Amino acid sequence: MAHIDENAKPFSEQWLDDRLGVRTLKRVMASEYWIPKDINFLWAMGMILAVTFGILIITGIFLLMYYKPDTALAFDSVNYTIMQEVGYGWLFRHMHGVAASVVFLLIYIHMFTGIYYGSYKKGREMIWISGMLLFVTFSAEAFSGYMLPWGQMSYWAGMVITNLFSIGSLELNGIVEWIRGDYVPGDAYLTRFFMLHVFLLPLAIIGVIVLHFGTLRIPHVNNQEGEVIDFDIEAQKYLDGNTKESKVIRFQWDFLAKDFMVMAFFLTFFFYLVFYHFDFAMDPVNFDPADGLKTPPHIYPEWYFLWSYEILRPFTKDIGLMAFGFSQVIFLLLPFLDRSPNAIPAHRRGLFFVWFWVLLIDMIVLSVMGKVPPVEPFGTVGLYAALTFIGLWVLLPIITKMESKK
Amino acid sequence: MSDKVNRRDAMGIAFGTCAAVGGVYALAGMKKAWDPLPSVKAAGSTLVDLSSAKENEIITEKWRGKPVFILRKSAEMIAKSSANDKARDVIIDGSSYLVCIGLCTHLGCIPAYRKDREDFLCACHGAEYDISAINTKAPAPLPMLIPPFKIDGTTLVLGEAGPEYNKMKEAGVLGHIALDPKA
Repeated sequence: MAHIDENAKPFSEQWLDDRLGVRTLKRVMASEYWIPKDINFLWAMGMILAVTFGILIITGIFLLMYYKPDTALAFDSVNYTIMQEVGYGWLFRHMHGVAASVVFLLIYIHMFTGIYYGSYKKGREMIWISGMLLFVTFSAEAFSGYMLPWGQMSYWAGMVITNLFSIGSLELNGIVEWIRGDYVPGDAYLTRFFMLHVFLLPLAIIGVIVLHFGTLRIPHVNNQEGEVIDFDIEAQKYLDGNTKESKVIRFQWDFLAKDFMVMAFFLTFFFYLVFYHFDFAMDPVNFDPADGLKTPPHIYPEWYFLWSYEILRPFTKDIGLMAFGFSQVIFLLLPFLDRSPNAIPAHRRGLFFVWFWVLLIDMIVLSVMGKVPPVEPFGTVGLYAALTFIGLWVLLPIITKMESKK
Repeated sequence: MSDKVNRRDAMGIAFGTCAAVGGVYALAGMKKAWDPLPSVKAAGSTLVDLSSAKENEIITEKWRGKPVFILRKSAEMIAKSSANDKARDVIIDGSSYLVCIGLCTHLGCIPAYRKDREDFLCACHGAEYDISAINTKAPAPLPMLIPPFKIDGTTLVLGEAGPEYNKMKEAGVLGHIALDPKA
């Protein structure tokens, strides 16, 4: 048995350290988890995402206590009981809805920061892959949550998205009926998506978040110039009192202090949206109860899915599905499609810098085209934007290979 | 020593095998738990009396939770129709009808009937269909599907396959394969 200090007071730091190793834990995870000094506000997105996920869980718990996963009761339990009767029910709903939308804005900023600074290669591949798994699980979480108010948009989004699983001309209608538990989205469908939204998917997300944090610990966070830092040497400088000369700071509380500042700006923006612009996360069409015999004149997803939806839309069914499938998995392969060994910011990488901005602008164009009705000239613009998206990913290995030869 | 290791290996293999077999059965059970319930499957056939149906007026019936379009065609409409269009007509009491599941074959939205243009438009992604619900504009890949039906006097029975339905099935005009709207 390990040495134990018999005189330590129960639950004192010494007592806990003897039994749980809390000092080691704190040192490894926080006080001697070293973060480079050369970073900017974009490095705070991770902690802001964690806080936003926390807001979603807490508000979700309160919504869960009055929500009814039954096609006959769901709509009123949200739009009457929670909104009108439950104390601060409206606040929990608006916070949950706004956070669900804003969390994707943060994820996209976080992703594009990683792409810009090359934080997905040279030992950081698993950070990127686990992050993209979080994008997938968050997307599933967002979709399942969108079903719950059981309005017109819930129903028809459910119809369209579950139909994707028939895989075009393969006509696998059995799979679609299995997913729905019915010929069309109905009671069985709503209740199982409720289960996925409040239990299985959050559980999976928490698991992948732990993995994502874990993947970061060994390779450490990247920095603004992609400098390869010897963390042992720099940490020793810091611990020797040479904090000015050292290139690193402690996670707790040095880096967290910076996080809190950016978080304060974010939360101000977040609550401004919650109190004054909550409607941006609430589609008016979804305030009509679900009706299986009436399609809304214009169906579109929430803003964060528009770009991939627009990649599906301009093509015939099978080609559209293939393009959509491509757009869903291609980001996951980024560390392997980038053939350049340079893990440095995009503005020092020549053509890659152009590639980065064309990709970002193309995805914004796709998102705008995904929102407008399917008429000309939007159809043609959407088609070329979709082709550009695919073309960019085909070009990536070529331009990065050229970059590595220079 | 090696004897002990072998015994542990055997324990692991035996446990792993039993667990794998149990796992496969558990997965099959979980799959079955998500199947449509018997009460859902047993949704009976839908009867529609067409004795008072008007020409160029779309009737929307609900069958297994899906909308079914029924449209009585005028002599003028039939005269303008192609051979493929006519092959999909259901003749009830001497009149020609379009009968089809009113879901777009692209992603399952409900197309709207445009009375003045005598065609269908799906507003979701812009697909169009002609008077016999044969797709005329992308992204719809197929005509709207004709559901199993039986004719009983002036009554249309949805959900049961009668001789007229079987004949259409043999001709391949139900909507499982693409049709040329002009041929």
